[in-house]
Amino acid sequence: MIRETLVPLGSGVIFGAGLTLGGMTDPARVRGFLDLFGAWDPTLAFVMGGAVLVMAMAWLLQRRMLRPFFADGFSLPDRNDLTPRLIGGSALFGIGWGIAGLCPGPGIAALAIEPLSAAIFLIAMLVGMFAVRLLEGNA
Amino acid sequence: MTLPGFPDAAPLAGLAGGVLIGLAAALMLLGAGRIAGVSGIAARAFGIASSSMPRAGAWAFVIGLPLGALIVASFSGGAAPAFAGPVTLAIAGLIVGFGTRLGSGCTSGHGVCGMSRLSQRSLVATATFMITGFATVAAMNALGLEVLP
Repeated sequence: MIRETLVPLGSGVIFGAGLTLGGMTDPARVRGFLDLFGAWDPTLAFVMGGAVLVMAMAWLLQRRMLRPFFADGFSLPDRNDLTPRLIGGSALFGIGWGIAGLCPGPGIAALAIEPLSAAIFLIAMLVGMFAVRLLEGNA
Repeated sequence: MTLPGFPDAAPLAGLAGGVLIGLAAALMLLGAGRIAGVSGIAARAFGIASSSMPRAGAWAFVIGLPLGALIVASFSGGAAPAFAGPVTLAIAGLIVGFGTRLGSGCTSGHGVCGMSRLSQRSLVATATFMITGFATVAAMNALGLEVLP
């Protein structure tokens, strides 16, 4: 139980700190980055670049490991197929991201910054997630 | 430090934040053997998606996010960021929730974890949501729709 929760908790805390430090919990910063044809703010490119660089090294390590440090095995996505569902869903997500300047991680982290705004976004997000499950017919 | 031509950019804070996000995702990968994809883990925590991830672990990650934000926000001070109004937030949240479940991931799962392992699905997903994100802000600006105070 402790083993199963401490690693995700630590990861979540560091993740939330990074999102806030990098400006992703500031919708103006995010929408500034998405305003490519206007007053473009490149900050988020540095956030993404730093994160991908560190994570690319982690993947190199992962390939040499038989199992994770604190779990019995790796549980990783292995699909490689491009589907209309993947592309359509991602296209929709980008629209929602652009509208309010929030994606799921910063939306949750913002509970510590602007609780009411974050809660409205998150409740709607959960409803949207649940709608997909209803459409899939396994609710 | 400022970036020439971009007086409002914060490249160093951005890079430092990005490195922390990368370390967090690396801890999840190398420690727990899982992808730190926020939309999937949130769906798991709230029982919307089934996953092999223990629900307590999903909750621990979700609770960690605002805790980390609180630590940084309490040190940084400065003006609190402005958020969109409730109706805009609700519309955006609905679309984000629907889209991320349909597309199996968001900025963290596809953008950080998937792109860094050169996953074909994540590269296409990230390119797609970046393009529609750019297009959405451009369209809203062209229509004069201001959402942030």
